[in-house]
Amino acid sequence: MKLTSWVLIFLACNLAFSTISAFRLSRSQPTERISGSAGDVLDDNPVGRLKVFVYELPSKYNKKILQKDPRCLTHMFAAEIYMQRFLLSSPVRTLNPEEADWFYVPVYTTCDLTPNGLPLPFKSPRMMRSAIQLIASNWPYWNRTEGADHFFVVPHDFGACFHYQEEKAIGRGILPLLQRATLVQTFGQRNHVCLKEGSITVPPYAPPQKMQSHLIPGKTPRSIFVYFRGLFYDVGNDPEGGYYARGARAAVWENFKDNPLFDISTEHPTTYYEDMQRAIFCLCPLGWAPWSPRLVEAVIFGCIPVIIADDIVLPFADAIPWEDIGVFVDEKDVPYLDTILTSIPPEVILRKQRLLANPSMKQAMLFPQPAQPGDAFHQVLNGLARKLPHDRSVYLRPGEKLLNWTAGPVADLKPW
Amino acid sequence: MKLSALHQSYLNRRRSPLDSSADASSKSFLAVFWLVLHCLCCLISLLLGFRFSRLVFFFLVSTPSSTNLYSPPFRPDLPPPRTDLNPHNATAVEAKTSSSSSRVVVGRHGILIRPWPHPDPVEVMKAHRIIERVQREQKAVFGSGGKSSRAVIAVTPTYARTFQALHLNGVMHSLMLAPYDVVWIVVEAGGASNETASIIAKSGVRTIHVGFDQRMPNTWEDRGKVEVLMRLRALRVVKEEKLDGVVMFADDSNMHSMEFFDEIQNVKWFGAVSVGILAHSGNAEEMVMSMDKRREMEKEESSSLSSLPVQGPACNATDKLIGWHVFNTLPYAGKSAVYIDDVAAVLPQKLEWCGFVLNSRILWDEAESKPEWVKEFGLLNENEGVESPLSLLNDPSMVEPLGSCGRQVLLWWLRVEARADSKFPPGWVIDPPLEITVAAKRTPWPDVPPEPPTKKKDQMSLSQGNNVVVIPKQQQQQQQQRSSKVRKPKRRSKRNKHEAKPTDTTTQVSSSTKHHQERN
Repeated sequence: MKLTSWVLIFLACNLAFSTISAFRLSRSQPTERISGSAGDVLDDNPVGRLKVFVYELPSKYNKKILQKDPRCLTHMFAAEIYMQRFLLSSPVRTLNPEEADWFYVPVYTTCDLTPNGLPLPFKSPRMMRSAIQLIASNWPYWNRTEGADHFFVVPHDFGACFHYQEEKAIGRGILPLLQRATLVQTFGQRNHVCLKEGSITVPPYAPPQKMQSHLIPGKTPRSIFVYFRGLFYDVGNDPEGGYYARGARAAVWENFKDNPLFDISTEHPTTYYEDMQRAIFCLCPLGWAPWSPRLVEAVIFGCIPVIIADDIVLPFADAIPWEDIGVFVDEKDVPYLDTILTSIPPEVILRKQRLLANPSMKQAMLFPQPAQPGDAFHQVLNGLARKLPHDRSVYLRPGEKLLNWTAGPVADLKPW
Repeated sequence: MKLSALHQSYLNRRRSPLDSSADASSKSFLAVFWLVLHCLCCLISLLLGFRFSRLVFFFLVSTPSSTNLYSPPFRPDLPPPRTDLNPHNATAVEAKTSSSSSRVVVGRHGILIRPWPHPDPVEVMKAHRIIERVQREQKAVFGSGGKSSRAVIAVTPTYARTFQALHLNGVMHSLMLAPYDVVWIVVEAGGASNETASIIAKSGVRTIHVGFDQRMPNTWEDRGKVEVLMRLRALRVVKEEKLDGVVMFADDSNMHSMEFFDEIQNVKWFGAVSVGILAHSGNAEEMVMSMDKRREMEKEESSSLSSLPVQGPACNATDKLIGWHVFNTLPYAGKSAVYIDDVAAVLPQKLEWCGFVLNSRILWDEAESKPEWVKEFGLLNENEGVESPLSLLNDPSMVEPLGSCGRQVLLWWLRVEARADSKFPPGWVIDPPLEITVAAKRTPWPDVPPEPPTKKKDQMSLSQGNNVVVIPKQQQQQQQQRSSKVRKPKRRSKRNKHEAKPTDTTTQVSSSTKHHQERN
């Protein structure tokens, strides 16, 4: 009798703690439940649904790289680093590889930065190959499935194609050794070589504390209709225009530079986050790659994202109904953006804002440290859990080889 | 294939050229060729004076057998903007595997600009309406601290007279603007009339029009008493209909600020706000005299009496209610108006009803959580002389001071009336033609200087201050007053059978004076 009462109290406390969301929002705004094509899964708890084994790679693959350049912790590709940290201390981690459903290889491929802070992907294929060779020779689990139950975090521009230029990336294709693995990447575009089927699309990393510190009261009226800050023409790499963003950003500028409804410019104001909270629509056009941290910022600050990127696959697309939340505009319709946006009925706009106000929506876009329930780490694990149980075809018959270890450009085969 | 090499060399400036993957051997000839072409194009650009893209050169050189519809690259600096380019570049590397067709192609695209890339005013208006709707929603959600706002129950005693339309429209507009649900209880002395009903019907808020059997008396003092009875009648309506909200007393000649409605939402049971008292008199001399007198008094005695025209709660340093500021009526002693049409200062009561607001639940019968310091409203005996709303309470010290403890004046009290016997067209519609019409004159200036007025009453109208325009008509001594008092005209004009032309300035002056009074 006493035991049951204690158990009940314990469960009640658990429930109370698990519903506290540490990312504070100002006031309770009426929100709507979010359910994507996979159902109402944003709040699912992956603990207990899967087990992940984290390979112990030599520190030259992860820690040493980070020590060489600590900027990797704050740029938009930092998800790979935080993912490893999260998994190392997460309850889904298992030290027994025999019972693991998924295997994680912590290799930081996006941490070789130029002085400007842009990652160079030229050595990444070699680094990845070297890591895979290591785990294939030291553990039997890679050869068992040729990597089909392994997952990698490749947050670079074009994912595992490891190049920043789209034609080059397409030319290279996904690294042949990763053909069967699950890729967790930020890049997502339908019918694109660099998006493997079964990949999990994650948002780019945005610093949670920095965004939290710029919150303004919710009753500040939203007086900006459309807001955008960023480049329209990449003068350094594409001076004539037409390549950068497939001409979409330049079209936005040329059509709307004198429109009072569009607050767009290339400045870098210090009040960028505050301004987003005073805007109704935030443009998220493609750049050199279709994804952008603006989507995360727009969701956090309650600004409806206007996504101008044909065929883009947005983060956690099976858990989050992006069509209901954001506005999708084809690149060919950019000159008519003002007509499109003003013809959206106000009820639809209010509904989108209510969906955006849902705290689980905002949590799902963030990589907070330490991890919190419902955040992007958990959504990745949920996605991995939804792919379980593994298909029988995942396990190879002994002696069967599907991967071609010598495929790819010759330079990639050099040891790292 | 050629172009891919072109892109390669063209785009490799993007980042530091550490790209070690060079297929040097097979492309060395091509590289030389392109180098030569590059130099050639540079020279041509120098000649032409603008940057000449090699792609155009290639396009010109290439045979027309190429089936791709590649259009020349868009030049932002050239005048005619392109309208509908076909965005693609099939000569570049194909962007996908053989299977499905993606709409997205890699490579150069045109920059689409519509024919007239300027804002459309209709759409700008639509966007502003969207913004307004969003802000309204924000206000509803975040505005009053997330608490749901309560209805405002406005109690207005009124009666049909000349200035009723003026006053009632003012209150009506304030109530229409208040962003809360409003229930407007209008109690009319002398029974519910169509006059009043037609005014309040335009409000758009929920109105309750109650008739009160007594007629409004002629003296301010009696009028105050009748108004109290009318307000109590309205409170009885609140009790009977169990209206829920905040009861405020909106006398029809008062002016309310919008912050007043926001502030009274914070009342728990019984609150008081500061009221600005505008003891206006028709007589400027009197006003000056009373000001002087007031200054004298202040010099003589210690200013224990506040000379501010404010009535409201007084707080100590810790924002607790300690007393009441009342309006200092001593300067007006003996000179205040007695009759409604007196030209003298109209003085308020000690504590006017309009400065108090109460939670309507105080008036309900079943005291769910009614505090003990509230008297039972149903047992109130009106004949005992209810002076101020504090009579509804057992303990007047429990009143909540609102508006940062009375520091904010949120509404103004004013009593302005026309002569008791003044007449006005019913519904303010001029139906039968007017008795007096004055011919429009071409120049607005008087032909003859106005005669000095002879009578005492005229004296006051002369000293009226601004906008005394004299009608330049054959020694007419009509003087126009913009104040409350109405005079019968001293007409000496011949009657012209012209229509009243209200648009012309002179006749406007004449027509707006109260000549055109008709019997009700």
